[in-house]
Amino acid sequence: MKLELRGITKQFGSFTANDHIDLVVEPGQIHALLGENGAGKSTLMNVLYGLYEPTAGEIIVDGEPQKFDGPGDAMRAGIGMVHQHFMLVPVLTVAENVMLGDEYTKSAGMLDQRKAREVVRRLSKDYHLEVNPDVLVEDLPVGIQQRVEILKALARHAKVLILDEPTAVLTPQETDHLMDVMRSLKADGTSIVFISHKLREVRAIADTITVIRRGKVVGQADPSATPAELAALMVGRPVQLQVDKAPADPGDVMLGIEGLHVISPTGQVLVDDVSLQVRAGEIYAVAGVQGNGQSELTEAVVGLVEPTSGTISLDGRDITDTSTDEILGRGVGYVPEDRMHDGLIGSFSIAENLVLDTYDEAPFGNAVSLNLQEITKNATERVEEFDVRTQSAEAAASTLSGGNQQKVVLAREMSRPLKLLVISQPTRGVDVGSQEFVHKRIVAERDRGTAVLLVSTELDEVIGLADRVGVMYAGKIIGELPPTASAEEFGLLMAGQTATDAKEAS
Amino acid sequence: MTDEGPEQQPAPPERGDVLVAEQEAGGQKTRDTIGDILRSDHPAVVTVLAVICAMIVGAILIIASDSATREAAGYFTAAPMDTISAAWDAVKDAYIALFQGAIYNPNAPQALSPISETLVYATPLILAGLSVTLAFRAGLFNIGAQGQILMSAALAGYIGFAWHLPAGIHIIVAIVGGIVGGAIWAAVAGLLKAKTGAHEVITTIMLNYIAVFFVNWLLTERWFQAPPYNQAQSRTVAGNAQFWHLMGSDLRVNFSFILAIAATVFVWWLLKYGTFGFRVRAVGANQDAARTAGMSVASTYIGVMIVVGALCGLAGVSQILGTANNYQVTASVDGGVGFTAITVALLGRGTAWGTFAAGLLFGALSAGSGQLQVATQTPPDLVQVLQALVVIFIAAPGLIRLIFRLRRSKSAGSAVLAKGWNG
Repeated sequence: MKLELRGITKQFGSFTANDHIDLVVEPGQIHALLGENGAGKSTLMNVLYGLYEPTAGEIIVDGEPQKFDGPGDAMRAGIGMVHQHFMLVPVLTVAENVMLGDEYTKSAGMLDQRKAREVVRRLSKDYHLEVNPDVLVEDLPVGIQQRVEILKALARHAKVLILDEPTAVLTPQETDHLMDVMRSLKADGTSIVFISHKLREVRAIADTITVIRRGKVVGQADPSATPAELAALMVGRPVQLQVDKAPADPGDVMLGIEGLHVISPTGQVLVDDVSLQVRAGEIYAVAGVQGNGQSELTEAVVGLVEPTSGTISLDGRDITDTSTDEILGRGVGYVPEDRMHDGLIGSFSIAENLVLDTYDEAPFGNAVSLNLQEITKNATERVEEFDVRTQSAEAAASTLSGGNQQKVVLAREMSRPLKLLVISQPTRGVDVGSQEFVHKRIVAERDRGTAVLLVSTELDEVIGLADRVGVMYAGKIIGELPPTASAEEFGLLMAGQTATDAKEAS
Repeated sequence: MTDEGPEQQPAPPERGDVLVAEQEAGGQKTRDTIGDILRSDHPAVVTVLAVICAMIVGAILIIASDSATREAAGYFTAAPMDTISAAWDAVKDAYIALFQGAIYNPNAPQALSPISETLVYATPLILAGLSVTLAFRAGLFNIGAQGQILMSAALAGYIGFAWHLPAGIHIIVAIVGGIVGGAIWAAVAGLLKAKTGAHEVITTIMLNYIAVFFVNWLLTERWFQAPPYNQAQSRTVAGNAQFWHLMGSDLRVNFSFILAIAATVFVWWLLKYGTFGFRVRAVGANQDAARTAGMSVASTYIGVMIVVGALCGLAGVSQILGTANNYQVTASVDGGVGFTAITVALLGRGTAWGTFAAGLLFGALSAGSGQLQVATQTPPDLVQVLQALVVIFIAAPGLIRLIFRLRRSKSAGSAVLAKGWNG
């Protein structure tokens, strides 16, 4: 099936998210859509999937112009979509999820579970997407849930599959497997639109690359293009992809964690006997797949989660039972992994967000009242210093792009003297141009003598920034590696293999 | 965060012709002109339009309930102008009566009496409305204004009739007593929320019941009830503890209205300049981010409920020490204000002065309903229908946008209000 988008324009009020976009996806082709966050990729795909009505332009399938009033129409036309955030019902089985929305029924409206199971088995086998059809989706790891999403699309006879940032939640091994699946789908004649901002993956799998910037197609590229060329096309200027840093000059131990356990109220062990030390002037990175206890580890350090046992000390003083307010006051900066959820208040202005943890301290305020002049002055300075792209410091934080939101959080946490910076997923959802900036600031903070505890699921970031790396799996630090270790070694540790296994593999 | 909805689009200054044009025009900040605001769905615009829509629908109801119009409609085809003029008269008379009952009546012996009545009705609505508004801003839904007002009125009333203090001192002590009564009652809900997570909607409703029956019980006790003990009303508050009148002794408006203005200024200041207000807004808008920034959500809930209860305490004080209730505690001393206050707060859009204006509007409608009944055939219930219609139009801003073809802006919507249920 040949899919063509001609002159697609989508406007929201006075804002143009897509501006005359032309795109041709040939049958059996993997077409990568590369662009920064906010470039308009997802908007375009939502237009294609019938979720948004385009302001202008047409969608043509095999020469026939189409009009989609909703995802149902798009699916009937052979377009399937795997959203970045999965659209599965956790309490239903795999087979039930696959037939959801297009249920197979027997007489009297009874569900035909057997047929659903057969469909899942057949498709699993054809495309190497092994899944047990009778397992509840909530019991499946994220990588397998994604397979269910793909199966769901295939069960509807999708001829064009849209994958929206599919690798964001996967381990390196799972990513490799996904790429195999994509290749076998391609061999079978299915076209794939692969949306990503990860240059490495795009170059590895795509047949052709379309780069979008600020709602416009800015160029086509060949997978043989260098990462630097692609990044420059995405951002519109040359970008430095490697983090420039001098060797670390570690000082005293700033953060000491001893035998830390965090057990959830339901009895699940989230952090399992973690001991580590971070020295002043070094970056200690915790690598690992999302959901292996990294979040709880950082939350325990800043006092948001109460450890079940173990001790945490800051600059030699015990802070295990200290309140978050006091820990932050003692010189800990904290950048949470989920900005909009924990780091910012969307309806608050940038200026207010910049003093979210110092609003009651001089010069911004006292116990009774705020000093709005100081808050505004601070905002103007920070916006300038951290290059936050906004019309005004009074604009609500929710109007900023992901990268600029992250700059606001960084600006807040890094604009006071720090002993320790705890930073989670510093560049998640942050565009390439801002990533460079964020990385530079983290290294600058280290060079100022701050201990940095970095948590990231992006291996490239860990390797690029860290002075030491601990890999976290199932709540444990199962191995420490120098950042110079190979991706293979990291991958095995991240998948739960022990350090010795990892060494053998290398 | 890679979801690229329209709200999250970056807006670097160099993008878009409009922005560039505005920058060239010299302005660093892009400011909306008055015309832009009037064509947008700015909350104030929507509120005014909602009131207008409600009055139009109200006009239809007036016409439908008017017997002269119905009679004329019987021979509509013969003389259509009769029906139209009868309808016009009915609507005109009704709204004029509302105005004369609420603002100014040149024909009455006391021409300013209507405005005085409006302020008397508005005072507790403003105070209790501010209470609900402040709770909204903390992400809490205070359904308990009724109970808080009752407890306040009971305590302030008791101090007022049982204690004997010098002039000046007595009223201050009684006011403080009312504030404390309301604050304690609300603090119970805050404490339960903070310590056990009990939903404040449920606890405040239950506390309302307790307060109602507590006051009922008080009214059977000899030390509280007025002799000769055959009516469910308390003794009368001593003159030293009564609010003084603002516009002469013939008009009921009294010092409690000044308290309502002061409370409005206080809530406005708190939400704009207060450190505690910042914490309240942060917890209300995103408690996870507030906690992450080191704020104590639990103590904010308790603290804000104390202030919320204190404001209802002032509403109770305005009822019992003011003219509205003959200076006597009864089972209905709250005057139904507790629930109307929720509507007032909704109409006030989460701001102090918005609530003040909404309280005045509702006070005017209540005051006007009397004249409506006296001067026209229109049932006074129309006023309640009007109040309900206003709220329906406010609650459905999409409807107003559709009718008046307003542009959708980013800031609009009633997020603050919807938040209350999630608290």
